[in-house]
Amino acid sequence: MLTATLKSVLARKLRLVLSGLAVVLGVMFVSGSFVLTDTLDRSFKDLFATAYSEVDVEVAVKSKVGQDDPEAARAGTLTAADVAAVESVDGVRTAVGDVVGSARPIGENGKVLTTSGAPRLGIAWRDEGQEEIRDGRGPQRDDEVVISAYLAETGGFQVGEQLSVLTLEPKRTFTVTGIFGYPGDRDSLGGELTTAFTEATAQQLLLGTPGAYSGITVRADEGVSQTVLRDRVQGELGDAYQVKTGEQLAAESADEIGEGLAFFNYVLLGFAGIALFVGVFIILNTFSIIVAQRTRELALLRAMGASRRQMITSVVVEAVVIGLIASVVGLGAGIGVGALLATLFSTFGGGSLHLAGIAVPPSAIISSFAVGLVVTVVAALLPAVRASRIPPVAALREASTPDRPLTRLTVAGGVLTLAGGGLLGFGFADGTLWLIMSGLLVSFVGVALLTPLISRPVVSLIGRLLSWSVPGTLGRRNSARNPRRTAITAAALMVGISLITGVSVVLTSATTSMTKVADTQIKADLIISGESSANGQVGGTFAADRMDRITGTPGVESAFGWYNDGVLVNGERRFATAVTDVPAMERIFGLSAAGGTITDLEDGEIGVDAVSATALNLRQGSTATVQTTKGEQRTYTVAFVLAESRVVDDMLFLPESAVDGFALPQISSAFIKADQGADVADVRKRLEPLFADNPEVSVQDLSSYVRQQAAQLDTVLMMIQVLLALAILIAVLGVVNTLALSVVERTRELGLLRAIGMRRAQVMRMITVESVVISVFGALLGIVVGTALGVAAVRALEDMGITDIGIPWAQLGGYLLISAGIGVVAAILPAIRAARLNVLQAIAHDSA
Amino acid sequence: MGSAAKAVDVWKSYGTGEAAVTALAGVSVEFDRGRFTAIMGPSGSGKSTLMHCLAGLDTIDSGDVWIGGTKVNGLRDKGLTELRRSRVGFIFQQFNLLPTLTAEENITLPSAIGGRKVDRAWFDAVIDAVGLRDRLTHRPTQLSGGQQQRVACARALVARPEVVFADEPTGNLDSRSGAEVLGFLQRSARDFDQTVVMVTHDPNAASYADRVIFLADGQIVRELHHPTAAAVLDTMKVLDGDDRLVVA
Ligand SMILES: Nc1ncnc2c1ncn2[C@@H]1O[C@H](COP(=O)(O)OP(=O)(O)O)[C@@H](O)[C@H]1O
Ligand SMILES: [Mg+2]
Repeated sequence: MLTATLKSVLARKLRLVLSGLAVVLGVMFVSGSFVLTDTLDRSFKDLFATAYSEVDVEVAVKSKVGQDDPEAARAGTLTAADVAAVESVDGVRTAVGDVVGSARPIGENGKVLTTSGAPRLGIAWRDEGQEEIRDGRGPQRDDEVVISAYLAETGGFQVGEQLSVLTLEPKRTFTVTGIFGYPGDRDSLGGELTTAFTEATAQQLLLGTPGAYSGITVRADEGVSQTVLRDRVQGELGDAYQVKTGEQLAAESADEIGEGLAFFNYVLLGFAGIALFVGVFIILNTFSIIVAQRTRELALLRAMGASRRQMITSVVVEAVVIGLIASVVGLGAGIGVGALLATLFSTFGGGSLHLAGIAVPPSAIISSFAVGLVVTVVAALLPAVRASRIPPVAALREASTPDRPLTRLTVAGGVLTLAGGGLLGFGFADGTLWLIMSGLLVSFVGVALLTPLISRPVVSLIGRLLSWSVPGTLGRRNSARNPRRTAITAAALMVGISLITGVSVVLTSATTSMTKVADTQIKADLIISGESSANGQVGGTFAADRMDRITGTPGVESAFGWYNDGVLVNGERRFATAVTDVPAMERIFGLSAAGGTITDLEDGEIGVDAVSATALNLRQGSTATVQTTKGEQRTYTVAFVLAESRVVDDMLFLPESAVDGFALPQISSAFIKADQGADVADVRKRLEPLFADNPEVSVQDLSSYVRQQAAQLDTVLMMIQVLLALAILIAVLGVVNTLALSVVERTRELGLLRAIGMRRAQVMRMITVESVVISVFGALLGIVVGTALGVAAVRALEDMGITDIGIPWAQLGGYLLISAGIGVVAAILPAIRAARLNVLQAIAHDSA
Repeated sequence: MGSAAKAVDVWKSYGTGEAAVTALAGVSVEFDRGRFTAIMGPSGSGKSTLMHCLAGLDTIDSGDVWIGGTKVNGLRDKGLTELRRSRVGFIFQQFNLLPTLTAEENITLPSAIGGRKVDRAWFDAVIDAVGLRDRLTHRPTQLSGGQQQRVACARALVARPEVVFADEPTGNLDSRSGAEVLGFLQRSARDFDQTVVMVTHDPNAASYADRVIFLADGQIVRELHHPTAAAVLDTMKVLDGDDRLVVA
């Protein structure tokens, strides 16, 4: 029996390849994710080990507003006296004051250079630092800089050329006197762009305070360990300082990146899971069709005395063989893909990240085999059981048995769909991810079970649109022939399309809501904002004095700007805003008070909006302690509480006097209302020169500002589409598979059609129509299910400001068109196979 | 009166080397217009092969095959498809109908595929002749074997082909259903002037034909005109005896 099964697997190579491919792709996704994240993780560990290789202990001012993570904004700077104090500690060989801040170089096209996540740093040049001059010399005058080799390469800068840089101050231009690299011939440590100034310039531009240091790098005497030295320095300086060893800092930085990578890995595995889920549909369908086609063969075995258990075993063994082969191939492909992506990332994504060697973590191997085997065997189980139920007399029956009634299937589908919907409902209600995920899975299975019932009317409807010719009619009829087969094939496509549709409905709704708020509630004509708001990087703020010049510009009726800071309110981390002109904000944002009156805040007063009032349990007149990044902690009284508003969401307002305590006392955005009848474009032209020296800041009208914000969502959608593409590709394989198996099954019919005069082209058209009908049916299902999911999610996200439902009609139409295209492509191989059939052999073909 | 189909010194073998089988060894035969011819012979004698070659379903090694004024060997796939579509009709032993189509749709399928209009008067005449009027909307699975074969006959005739080829059309039928099909083929030759070529190994079936040709080992060995079942049986016995003599 076993050898018979193995022989039959090998004899049908096409089937092996087709059903195996779905598993291969899924396993490839899984192992690729592990290999990629493992490689990146080790690369970043290397990176930070290098970055801190010449640091034994580092001193900084302790953050007042949160965990002491390396990114937390510092409460202040250190002085030369602090450096001297550290130097005097026993065991310290050298103590050097560091100056590190944000410095954004401007490229030759006048635009600020960007990275994909790595920082753009300014530092004070140290001849004895780990940076090594490769070309030229260090900066000696205040208008000289040296730049990292990676910056030189990115911006195309050479020694002797001019370089403009944005720092805390607007654009300043320097002469590049040298280019430096890092130990190990690295151009950068991890894709960052670094500009090094003289110490005095760096202190002024990066820290805003002459003579200040952001940290102190300490090297230990021979024989003094990092931890011993750390404790001694901490003892000398006291608790206001954060003192850490180089190893500690390297580990913390690596851990932080590692967490990000782990999350990234989960996301990838989530998408791999979706792809595998789709794979289950395909394998299940393949085995079902095969069992159906082999009914007579299997019945003959039963008649000859094979037991049920043997029947099940034979199908499961086939599944195990396919699963094993697919896992091995998938693992291999995954290692390749992981290595390729890591290389791409280091070359284009992170920029000159030095890759640690590619390795295959055990997790990749274990998960590949577990996933590949489990998925295949689980998918084959149902058909196996069905095979065992074939009665021996079926061997004697001529035609294949008619389809069993769909009642049980439909009832089960209905129950599962409802159960899945329920899980989803609970999941959305309290944002529990695993509830949402399992709800999705269960409802997908439920809908898939309902699909055969739906397929009858829908398929014939879609088919009618396509069946203007005889081959078309035949194709349509063929697709309606096995409702289960068509349904599962279409359902596999549904999964991917519905997820894309769901996400796209949510994002479109977000855009719609945003636009609606902008149209109906925000009366600003122009918005001045920086890049920081667009890509989350530092930069794009401007000094407070610009605000007066904005309000003084002809055509400006009123305007306000705001500053932002991360603060602690009653010990809780929050985002705070200081507004230059509260009444202007009230008018421009159409705000009203639920308590108190909306006026400019006096010293010691704060304002809250409805959401944060609830969150912090504050009312007008109640008090709260607020700790800004740099200022002293103090108690404020609530002067006003805003009524609910769709513009202002979860905000806390501080008086302008608190701005000195902010990490960055600069304005991040300004909102402007033009005079009645003034030409907004003219006003904009008058405002733009104010920011001529700051290319990170732009003056936009409201609609283009909203468009820019919405464009970020498009990026999200695109990434999700790319990640779901594999699930859809697997579904397409499923269509190919179903068609190919159907062609084999209908060999005699095809022979007959050819014998009575059907042309090859007509045969191909017939198969293509069948394929397009199945694909479009799958896409329609996906669009309907996805829209329902999306609308449900939007309802659940109402609190997050997504209040209006937007249906991306054009996109949905696009998905339908694409699915029709997918149908055409999927039909190519089966159609060619069908058209190539030898008429006589086809007629003589034994259908069993 | 020209012939509807013609084979001239046709040779055909399958396989190569030691395994080669000569299915047709220099067959020459003509089928007159409007006549019903039966081809008989023992199993493996080349009956089906001859018919397939005549109908352009299979290629030949040498010789010539004609349908009307068209030389079939030498036609490319497109020409052959065109030939099958409009100039020959087929009835196979079984599996003649598409399960997704109704009887009527099956009957008109060749015209539909070719984009030609069905001649309704002719269609009606054929339907009445096969007695299928009340079965037109049924699917093949709802028809008996005899009814299915009659649908296949109707389909072969509706396109008004020059020749209808039938390969053991009654092989799977009980004698009554078989008689209906044979009677219909006989009438279509007699009343509609339809040329019919039928392969059979049943002397009774052959007696419906105007003429019987006997094949043995890929060659035509005997011919009968206006046969009776008894005459056919006798000829078969004689040939059988000959065979045994040859073998011995
Ligand atoms: N496709 C084929 N391949 C190899 N041999 C074949 C093929 N078709 C027929 N033959 C051989 O050719 C001979 C004639 O076959 P056929 O015409 O089918 O005989 P009949 O219809 O008279 O029973 C037989 O010996 C048969 O085995
Ligand atoms: Mg035969």
